[in-house]
Amino acid sequence: MRLVSYLRGEAFQRGIHPPEEKHTAALPIRRLPFPPRVVVPLMQHIGKASRALVRVGDEVVRGQRIAEASDWLSVPHHAPLTGRVEAVGLRPSARGPWQEAIVIRAYPSATQQDLAGKPQDLEAMSRAQLIEAIRDTGMVGLGGAAFPTHAKFSVPAGAEVHTLVVNGCECEPYLTCDHRIMLERSEWLLAGIRYAMRATGARRAIIGIEDNKADAHAAIGAAIARLGTIPEGEIHAELVPTKYPQGSEKMLLMALFGAEIPAGQLPLALGMVVSNVGTLASLGELLPAGRGLTERVVTIAGSGVKRPGNYLVPIGTPISWLLEYAGAPEAKAKEVILGGPMMGQAVASLDAPITKGVSGVLVLSAQELARREKAKVYPCIKCGECVESCPMGLNPSMLGMLAARREYETMESDYHLFECFECGCCTYVCPSYIPLVQQFRVAKQILRERKLAAAR
Amino acid sequence: MTIEIRPAPHLHAPRDVPLIMRHVVWSLLPVCAFFVYQYGLSALASLLVVTASCVATERLFARTGTQASDIGDFSAVITGLLLALSLPPAFPLWMGAVAGFVAIAFGKAMTGGLGRNVFNPALVGRAFAQAAFPQAIATYSPSFLPGRFAEFVPSTLTWPLMQPPELAAWLKVNRFDALASATPLALWKFEGVITDAEALLTSLSGHMAVGPSPLLILICGAYLAARRFLDWRIPTAILGAAGLTAWLLYALSPERFPNPFFMLFSGGLILGAVYMATDMVTSPVTPRGMWLYGALIGLLTVVIRYYGGLPEGVMYAILIGNAASPLIEKITQPVPFGKGPFARLGKTRMGASYPLHPTYISREDAGAEAPKKRIFIHKPKQEDRRSAEKPHE
Repeated sequence: MRLVSYLRGEAFQRGIHPPEEKHTAALPIRRLPFPPRVVVPLMQHIGKASRALVRVGDEVVRGQRIAEASDWLSVPHHAPLTGRVEAVGLRPSARGPWQEAIVIRAYPSATQQDLAGKPQDLEAMSRAQLIEAIRDTGMVGLGGAAFPTHAKFSVPAGAEVHTLVVNGCECEPYLTCDHRIMLERSEWLLAGIRYAMRATGARRAIIGIEDNKADAHAAIGAAIARLGTIPEGEIHAELVPTKYPQGSEKMLLMALFGAEIPAGQLPLALGMVVSNVGTLASLGELLPAGRGLTERVVTIAGSGVKRPGNYLVPIGTPISWLLEYAGAPEAKAKEVILGGPMMGQAVASLDAPITKGVSGVLVLSAQELARREKAKVYPCIKCGECVESCPMGLNPSMLGMLAARREYETMESDYHLFECFECGCCTYVCPSYIPLVQQFRVAKQILRERKLAAAR
Repeated sequence: MTIEIRPAPHLHAPRDVPLIMRHVVWSLLPVCAFFVYQYGLSALASLLVVTASCVATERLFARTGTQASDIGDFSAVITGLLLALSLPPAFPLWMGAVAGFVAIAFGKAMTGGLGRNVFNPALVGRAFAQAAFPQAIATYSPSFLPGRFAEFVPSTLTWPLMQPPELAAWLKVNRFDALASATPLALWKFEGVITDAEALLTSLSGHMAVGPSPLLILICGAYLAARRFLDWRIPTAILGAAGLTAWLLYALSPERFPNPFFMLFSGGLILGAVYMATDMVTSPVTPRGMWLYGALIGLLTVVIRYYGGLPEGVMYAILIGNAASPLIEKITQPVPFGKGPFARLGKTRMGASYPLHPTYISREDAGAEAPKKRIFIHKPKQEDRRSAEKPHE
């Protein structure tokens, strides 16, 4: 079916077209009022938890480093508010389990200006120094995975990176924060791209944008033209056909270059590094000023909120504060999701804070969830919709039946379970309403635990 | 504020199982209507009784807890309609009811209901009828009889557990010869007469004893395929394979074998290919598997028709295909992203926006050439050759 998808002009094979629902795309980024108290978890990223540098009672100013990296795969954290450290201890996280966090109570009269940053001369820096500077900003992937950016940008010895792919797809329905960033912060984005190109040694940068955001493409194109020739190489902005899950780096590289990343490998195998537009725009803003990451753009949307929009939110803001400001009617809200509706996680507690990897807060009501509400789960009728939609070319129907029989080892050995990146396409299309992705998550977790137990 | 926690994805496509089944039922209604128009009251009674029998059996087994699915998902209606369409229109009603019961009870409920059956339930019912009532199932009544909306064909109203009366006497009263009540396939098999194409396609002319109109089934199937309620690959593969096999044999000895067109449009091949073989539960889910499954059915149909004792082979071909489908699925698993030949060879798809390596499009390097399509990947690149040539200059 390669030919069919090629003739249709599709970016990558299979995938789905969920309703876009990007109602907040025209709303400019606005700053959220500072909350009276923020909770900064020490574990906001993939890797090791950071180590707290402050103690209860310490006074901190906004932008001051309050936690340091404990490992290579770890990042420092900075105070999102000027105030006093109220507690360092366990606080509820969005996933459920309580996690170590620093709680800061804001001084009501503080100006909340970021005074801690020291402007730095980036031109004079070597690649290693630049990576160190990126690490000092505490930057992680703001697209959702929250992988430490400095680790992604440091190219291992022997490997060569020639291309920086900038991910501006934002394929999840509802989310518009990256769209607004591309429109409003294209200068910062280009600056960030240039730093990233210097840090990785890439000679070209390609910004992949889905064609439902043609205005962002035009804005970036204009910014590239204004920039003129740059010593780092060249920057292109490219429209790709809208399709979910284009935001996955494998799918984006397929769309742009027609190349498959071999299974189990990173884009580095093709000499590429993929980074999100939000991450690079933040880098472009923070690096020259020598500041740390203390706030990010978050889309608040869904039929459960009165004032949806794109807000600049201090890291650590409790979700409840955010929803109060956005006007979430209590009666209507059924589900609060961090991230997009396809891969985002329903929160267990509204006291949980916004972390560096949260791109959106969706408050869904019965209106959006109606189909899931009245759904009856039927046995698999083998309609093949899931096979036709799986971007990874798996057989979710068979995997689901094996999961129901708890044959997890067969799922891994014969049906490539670990290739699944949980995009949710199969579950979205399943007419029998079988929770396939959830079954796969459970299967993966059980397999991981079994392997750990076997290793012991 | 009470909030719920559910696993992602939180949205869902509009399609669910009853919706799919309802669409299949709707698309069958024109076919049924034409069937009734052809054969009148008897066909109507047969459709109603067989469907009612299937639905009642489904309800019975849902109540006893033998199976999970219930009549709300319309799958029993599909089974009933398809079974009735595949039986002769004047099939005795009591036999139709028994076939309907067998279809659901042995074809579906026995293995646990919707989604768990190995064989297409309608075909299980028909296979049972074929074995139990060989006389009745071979007796077709002619279409477009003058009084078809006023009276039943006598065989329809046979008393339960009784054999139907001979149709020949009744036909003689209506001034038809016995030959009129033979299907085109039986005519070919036993008399060597080949019905012409137009009559087969529309079945409007004369008083041919044929099943539901192939052309109408194709149109309804095309609607379903366009809405993606059935997979287009299976009917395409079946008709392609059957047509190809029939054409090959016809090319070898035109006097022994009928033309491929006759093969495709006579009997139940179109109904089987469009509605029965495409039954989602009993066909493979993998795209390549669907091609293989369809090709197997198409080939078997022609082989059974030509070399078997019976004139019709579609039913057994599909049942064999159903039985083989788990096996077919096993050997036709899709190749995951990043594990196929594309990934291993580092090849790129045609029409990609950018080449993999930036050197080719560098604006600074004005002399850069567009890369030639490289068929032999181990051949040295152009730059290598250029640099190799330099020392000679």
